[in-house]
This record gives sequence, C-alpha cells and structure tokens, in this order.
Amino acid sequence: MSKRKYWLTIVLLVAVLFISACSNSEEGSEKATESEDGSEATAGASDQAQEIRVRINDDPDFLDPHRATASISFQMILNMFEGLFIPQTDGSLTEGLAESYEVSEDGLTYTFTIRDDVTFHNGEPLTIDDVVYTFERLMGLNGGEKLSGNFDNVASIDAPDEKTFVMTLKEAHSNFLYSLTALQSAIIPQSNDGEHNENPIGTGPFAFVDYSPGANLELTKNEDYWQDGLPYLDNVTFVFQSDDQAAVMNLLAGEVDVTGVPGHRVSEVEDSFNISHQNNNSTLIITFNQEKEPFKDMKVRQAINLAINKQDIIDSVFSGYATPIGSNMSPAMGEYYLDGLQDVYQRDVEKAKQLLAEAGYPDGFETKITVSSHNDLYSSVAQIAVENLKEIGIDVEIEVVEWGIWLERVYFGRDYELTTIDLTGRPSAYEILDDYISTNDAENFFLFDNQEFDQVMADVRKETEIEKQIDYYHRAQEILNEESAAVYIADYQILWGSKQNISGLKSYPFWFHDMKEVKFD
Amino acid sequence: MFYIIRRILLLVITVALVSVITFSVFQILPGDPVRTMLGTEADETQIESLRNELGLNRPLHEQYVDWIRGIFTGDLGNSIRFSMPVSVLLMERLPVTLSVAGMALFIVVLFALPLGIFAAKRQKKFSDVVLSSVTQLGMAIPSFWLGMIIILYIGMNVDFFKINGYIPWSESIKGALSTLILPALTIAIPQIAVKFRYVRTSILDQMQLDYVRTIRSKGLPERIVVYKHILKNALIPILTIFGLITAEVVAGTIIVEQVFALPGIGQLLITSISYRDFPLVQGIVMYITITVVFINFVVDILYSVIDPRIRLR
Amino acid sequence: MCKYIKNINLVLGSLILFVFLCMMVVSFFYTPYDVNSMDIPNKLQEPSSKHIFGTDEFGRDIFSRILKGSQTAFIVGILTVAIGVFFGVLIGGIAGYTGGWIDEVFMRFMDALMAFPGIILALMLVAVFGPGIINTSIALGIIAIPSIARVTRSGFVQQKEAEYVTASKLIGVNVYKIMFRHILPNVSSQIIVAASIAFALAMLAEAALSYLGLGVQPPDPSWGRMLKDAQAYLIGSPWYTYAPGGAITLLVLGLYLLSNAIRDIMDPRSKS
Repeated sequence: MSKRKYWLTIVLLVAVLFISACSNSEEGSEKATESEDGSEATAGASDQAQEIRVRINDDPDFLDPHRATASISFQMILNMFEGLFIPQTDGSLTEGLAESYEVSEDGLTYTFTIRDDVTFHNGEPLTIDDVVYTFERLMGLNGGEKLSGNFDNVASIDAPDEKTFVMTLKEAHSNFLYSLTALQSAIIPQSNDGEHNENPIGTGPFAFVDYSPGANLELTKNEDYWQDGLPYLDNVTFVFQSDDQAAVMNLLAGEVDVTGVPGHRVSEVEDSFNISHQNNNSTLIITFNQEKEPFKDMKVRQAINLAINKQDIIDSVFSGYATPIGSNMSPAMGEYYLDGLQDVYQRDVEKAKQLLAEAGYPDGFETKITVSSHNDLYSSVAQIAVENLKEIGIDVEIEVVEWGIWLERVYFGRDYELTTIDLTGRPSAYEILDDYISTNDAENFFLFDNQEFDQVMADVRKETEIEKQIDYYHRAQEILNEESAAVYIADYQILWGSKQNISGLKSYPFWFHDMKEVKFD
Repeated sequence: MFYIIRRILLLVITVALVSVITFSVFQILPGDPVRTMLGTEADETQIESLRNELGLNRPLHEQYVDWIRGIFTGDLGNSIRFSMPVSVLLMERLPVTLSVAGMALFIVVLFALPLGIFAAKRQKKFSDVVLSSVTQLGMAIPSFWLGMIIILYIGMNVDFFKINGYIPWSESIKGALSTLILPALTIAIPQIAVKFRYVRTSILDQMQLDYVRTIRSKGLPERIVVYKHILKNALIPILTIFGLITAEVVAGTIIVEQVFALPGIGQLLITSISYRDFPLVQGIVMYITITVVFINFVVDILYSVIDPRIRLR
Repeated sequence: MCKYIKNINLVLGSLILFVFLCMMVVSFFYTPYDVNSMDIPNKLQEPSSKHIFGTDEFGRDIFSRILKGSQTAFIVGILTVAIGVFFGVLIGGIAGYTGGWIDEVFMRFMDALMAFPGIILALMLVAVFGPGIINTSIALGIIAIPSIARVTRSGFVQQKEAEYVTASKLIGVNVYKIMFRHILPNVSSQIIVAASIAFALAMLAEAALSYLGLGVQPPDPSWGRMLKDAQAYLIGSPWYTYAPGGAITLLVLGLYLLSNAIRDIMDPRSKS
C-alpha cells in the first residue's frame, strides 16, 4: 500500500513539474489572443444564439435516407427529410408531404394529394415527378438496385395529374401508411440523383451543410420550410462521441447542449441541467432459440422468465431508470400498449423449479448465452441472468462475440441457444409485433411459432378500424406473454441532459432528435 | 553500397509480406462488413445491393490486386462504413495522433536524456538505485490505468486541462495543448522509464572503454569527460533508440486515445475493426506499419554510415 | 553495491511473484466471497472491513475477483510464453542452424510480424480467433514468437561453429539431437530472459485487450476487464480502479525485476 503511494507521488511530481513548465512557456505568447477567443465562445452560448450542439453516440451509416438503416442515422437525418406522412410522438401519423389521402373500399388503392407549397433545400419545388422518382428508386424500377423490400406488396404506382399520386397494393394492409414516413420512404429530388449520400437534399426543417466522419454532422435552418414559423434554430450540429462518460464531461463543460446521461451520473448534472426521461420504446429481452430443445417447451421458457430478476437488471444496469414490461410493447406506444403484463412473471424461484421439473428437467440443464460485445449492456445482463438461472439449476456459459459475428450467427444464422438484445422501437405497433410472425423469416430470429399469433396479425392487417386494431394488438401482446416468447425485461429510459434554457425537445417512440420546435429561451 | 541495396530489398520484402498478412487476416475474419454496418434493421435486399455496389462479391485475388495497385497510386479505396476515400479519413485523423505522438516524443527526450546522464554519473550511488527502481515501476504500469490516474489527479484538479476530446491547433493553440498534454504524458512516462535505462547503459558502456580511461588519466575534469567525450560517442546508440521509440509511441497512442476519447487514428482503427471496415483497417494498418518499417530502415542506414562495422553482420 | 542491486532485483522480484502465485493457488480453494455472486443493492461500496477493495457495479467483492483474476493472468501468461517459446525456438533454431534460404525465409517472415506494432497485431489476431482466455493467449503467443525466434537464431548461429558441435557431427549424431540436446542448453539463458520479458508483455497486452473489450470476457475475472468496467465509474468511485491497476502493475514489475536478475546472473558480462 505504502509502496503504491510512494510511486504515485513521484509520478505526480514529474507530471506537475512538466505541466508548470509547459503552461509557463506557453502563457507568454498565447495569452493575449487565444484566451479571448475562448471566453467569447463560451459567452456566445449563453447569449441565446439559436445554435445547438447535440451529442450522438456514433456516425450515421448513410446520409442517403433510402440507404440508411441504423436507428442512429435516422435520429439525425429525420431533421432533413420528410415522407408523405409524419410520425408523431404518440405513435400515430399525420399528413406530411401528402396534404390528404383516400383509401378505396377494398383497401387496395391509396390516392394521395401532394402539397404544393413545398420546396427542396436546393430551392426547387417539390413535384409529382420527385414523388414517383422516390418510390421507383426504392423499388428498383428506374434501373438501379432495389433499395427496400417494404414495397414488395405494391402492384403499381401512378401519377394521373400534377398533384395526385396513386399506389395500388397487391393485398390490403392496414399498416401500409407507416411505410410512407421518412423512415422508410423519404421524398428526395430527382435532380439530385447519384448525390443523395454525398449531398443529401430533402424538404425537412433543416438542410445539410457538412459531414465530418467521426466528428460531426452540421445542419442549417431551412428558411423556406413549409410549416410557417418553424424551425427556430439557425444551426444544428450533431457531435459524435461514443464514450458516455466523456459525453457527460462535454455537457458539464458546455461543449454540447444535449446528451444522454448514464443513470449513475445523473446526480452530477441534475442540479444545473434539465433531465428528461424518455421511454425510448426499446425492448430489452433475453430470448431463446425456440426451435431447439429445451426451449421448444413453453414451461422451460416460463421457468426462465420466472427465475430472472428483472428488477436487479434494471437497478444495476440502468440505475433504476427503466420501465418494466411484460411483452414486446412499451408504454411509450400509448393505446397500443397493454398494461399489467409486466407483473405476470414476478420472480419466483420455487415455481420456476416446479415448472422445470414438469418439463422434465428437475435438475436443470446446461446451455449457452451468446451476446454481442459492442455494448457492455449485453454482457452485464447476461452475467445477472447466469447468476439467476444458477438458482434453478440451469448452468449457463457466456459467450461474448463481436457485433458482426452476433448478427451473422445469432440474428441471421439462428445458431444460438440464449441471447440478449434490445429491439429498437418503431413508430408502428404492427412493425414492432410482426417480428414474431412464424413466416417472417427475416426478423423472427426467436423462431417463435404460434398459430393464434399468426392469425391475430393476419386479422389486424385487414382491419381498418383503429379500435379493433388495438384489440388485436392487445391480444398479440397477451400471447407473447403467455407463451413467454422471450423474457421481456424493460424499456430502458434515455435520460436526456440538456441546458436549462432549451425548450421544445420532444420524445418519440423511436430514435429521433426532433429539432423542429427546439429553441433557446 | 551492397549493404544499402540489401537493406532496400529487405524493406520491400517486409512491406510485401506485411501487405499479404494484413490482407489475408481481414479475409479470414468472421463477420460481414455489410451486415455489421446495416444491423438488424436491414433487409436482404439492402444487404445484397450494397454488397454488389462495394464489389465484395468479386474473387479475392482480384480484390487484392486492386488494393495493391491502389496503394501504389495512393488510392487506398473507399471506407465501407463512411462511404469516403480512406486517405481522406486518414488525413483527417492523422493530425491528432501525430500531435500526441510528437508531444510524447518530446517529453521522453526532455526527461530520459538528462535522467540517464545523471544516473550514469552517479552510478551505484543511492540516487541511481532509486531512479532505476522507479523506472521499473514506470515500465510496469499499464498505460490506460496510468491515463485514468492522470485524469483523476491532474485532469480533474487543474482547470487548464480537458480530459477528453480534441481541439484542433487551428482553432486554438491553448485548446490543443489542453487536450494533448495529458495523453502525451501518459504515453511518455513508460517510455521515459525504458529509454532512460538505455541512455544510462550506453553511457556506462562508453565509460568502460579504454579511451575514456586514457582521457581520465590525463586529468581532464569529470564534467568535460562526460559531456564532451562520452556523450558524443554514446549519442549514436541513443539516437538510434529514439528513432525506434517513434514506433512504440505511435502504438501507445492507440490505447491512450481510448482513455482520453481522442478522435485519432487509434480510435478509428479500433472501431473499424469491429465494423469490419476492411479497406479502412487495411489502410490504417499499412500506413502505420510502413511508417514503422521505414523509420527502422532509415535508422539502420544511418547507423551503418556512422559505424561501418555494422555492415559486416 | 552492484551485488546488492542484483540481489534486490532477485529478492523483490521473486517475492512479488511468490505472493501472486500464492494468491492464485489460494483462489482455487478459497475466496472471501463467491467471485460471481451478486448483491445488487450493495453495488459500488467503498473499501471497508467487509470488502477490503470495495464492491463492483453488481455488488461483487472486488478482492475476491482480484484473487481469482490472478488465475486468468497466469493462464494467459504461461500459455502465451509456452506458444511463443515452442514455435520461437523451433523457428529460430532451424533458421539459425541450417542457415541459407530457409533462414532467409523464416527470418523475413518474422521481420514482417515484428513490423506491426504489437497492439495492432494483437487487435487483428484477436479479431480472427475471437475473445476469451485461450484465444487471447494464442493471439499473444503468436506475437511473442518473433522476438524469441530472433534470440534463439542468433544463439544457434554462434554455437553451430563451436567445437562440440563439429565433434558431434563427426561422430554422426542425429541433427535433432545436436540442435535440441546439445546447442539448445547453451542458448537457454538468453531464451529464458526473452521468455520472462514476453511473460510480462503478455500480461500488459492481455490487460490492454481486455480494456478495449476484446480480450478476456465476463464472467471470467480479468484485471484488465475490471479496469475497463471501472472506467465508467471513474469519477464517482475512483477507488474501483486501484486494485486491478495495482495488481497488474505489481505483477509486471515483479516479472521485470526477475528478468533483470536472471539476465545478470546468467550473463555476468552485462551490467544492469
């Protein structure tokens, strides 16, 4: 102990010596000019300049909205782009670039009237040709590669006149409008063909200025935005900082205005910053490969569900800032969410043991949980699960693999037994739940196979009345819960720390830093 | 002359082997760059279209030849993740890494040389013994832990320093220094420890040589013996060694950039490996390795010019 | 005085190593708390008489995990050195003894491996082999090969002209016997020094890889990994980093001191 102190002192001494030498030599030449610059910059921030710096964890994958898939990209670029519809904070839709729309009685033909007072960031007006171009590009009809599988159900698109756009479906689908937001079909100008990634142009409240990889993405106010009076901000800079701890320091130092704050550091910032809690509609789950023994057996899945201490996970991994859930739906989804399911699998070791015995595993079994290393969250959850499952005799080995390998082996390859992941939120209840449809080969990596669930989802596709849709969605959630399709742990909150004079921040049930109504007071 | 030609030949062979190793390592790596980048939200359509566009479906040897041809023309290809030329990305990050490395090198020279001379002069005295054991400690600390301790005890207490991020020199010299000094110090401390010992040993080696005894016996003052004669002759191995640390310092920055969240080459390298961004990683690895090999080459040549006996190896 | 320094290196080095070896042996049978058992309400407790190094973010006893972590450290160190020495001696021995184009090919390949800064090669190889104790050791073992091969080669080059080798050749002793029974023991001192340094470097490299999240994976306790976890709580719970950081530093220090001592004993000409 004393030895360590001894050398520590020496290291410090050397360091301090150097620093004092260094700061002295530099003071003479730099003091006059540079320190003034510095003070000006900090003064500027408090002087209500309408310029905001928002910290983002990572670079966007693409700026081209048709190429981008990562939720982290849309978090930023949705400020530049709009679709025919605009998703709202409660998971509903409003008309965006489509002024109005009509659906034929058979639910196959959608007729949209395009807004006529909209211009792109390059000053060109939005025309029907741009809308047609957008969908042709996505569907691969204009010679390029097909960019999206979302419109495979579209039989034809047509533009009978300057203001009308018609889409005909092969099969009715009540969720179709949700594929017409900027998340899946941002309207982009035909004149910018081939440049959509290098110089993205849209109709959104902010226009692209510059992208420096690993550093930031800069946007500026769209002066001609079609919604009058918006936006308020002159400038938006998304600053990339992958390190959560560093981000907190950046907030404290005034280098960013908004950032997510890790739960255990809230106390450091809550006095001088606003903290807003966002249920971000993510679903943190531990899930099973349901084609493999013993997870085929519902009782085994239920036993595991009963054994996992969800509150411990919430407390240790999220410092308590997470909302328990009981199915693949978060309270962030408003009416679509079915309350009460979160209490079904309260921790009960005895009952879990009993269920395991009934399933034919009185002494438990050995298995493996495969988790990705790109975020420590997963290995933390896995470590807690391993300890919990040990209590009911299930011996779990943790296998940590890189994200790319996890995707290849677990998500796409389905070569796994147990895993944990957070499913990112989407604005549409249908798209959240359709992962579990047995024929959805692309997304159903649980290999969940339940006929009633498939039927409920098929019914909801044909249902046009919202009230009845909600009933179906509720039933779907119940099934997932009854069947213990996964261990639903929580929708973890993102704690946004922001400067106290910022207003207008909104939280969506998906990742989106909406800057449209944000301003400094 | 023959020696130099041989060295150049060796250099070329090493670089060629390095390129083959680098390329093949990234070919056998499990994990697909397109899937990794697009994540769970991508559908097969998007994955296939991007893969074709990036030319990842072409035969391997074709990709290798293209890549090598690119290296010679200075075109390292496009990063998969950033859809930008690798060289542009490298040039953007290079100033950060070079600044930290340069500053660390400066600190090492500033401390290791005088300390080494001091210890050699006081050979076997108490202060020499103390210095020697302290430097052993310096070598043993993992740099990232040292970084954390420096953050805790210096970064958090001295307002001048920023403990993460980077401010470009062009923006503010003071700002740049405030972000770079601590990381540089973190890299430098273990290197001071190592290099101080080299300096000390090379001076001690010289002291034992006959000519020093002769000079001493002539009754020259000890000060002149050390600074004028011994140091001049010890300078050759010392300089060689400082040439060699450049490589270690550059490698040191890779870890230390993580501790101080500095957006340098190291950070880019580590994220690119996990994203399987092959063109970018290959570009970075080749860039760093060629630099290192080249510095070694220059040092070797210089050495042989100064001391021709080397050529007879 | 010189003698005294040597002894200090030897005494201190072996003392440190001995303490860590004891820790490792003890940790097989006893740790104050179960290494993995969690107590989440008592997470991140400062060091106290109950938990002398405090508790981590899951309420696990840090002292117990440090003890258990010594197993990881020794496994990685020993495996790395075993791989490095086995292949290093083989490659270096063959290259040095046969000379000619075989020497040239082997050594150019070693040069190429050495041209990579260690950490970069480690990152690349760990990505290939995957994380975990064994895979990390294999990656680090490969990195240790060139330096040991070089030392071995230069030893063999010196020894192969020695009289005893010529004599053995004349009486028709098998080549392998000459190389590994006769020459190797004469080169062993340099190899031992190189190996003990490789051991220390492996320890630092493992810690660095685990710090970057690529080395040893949970729930196996690794000092480097503990430091990585501790960094998230650096500001609020700075003491969390002391135990794992101190453990790595002390063990590496012990190995360095010992390698210095061995070098001085085996090669009296070099003066530390």
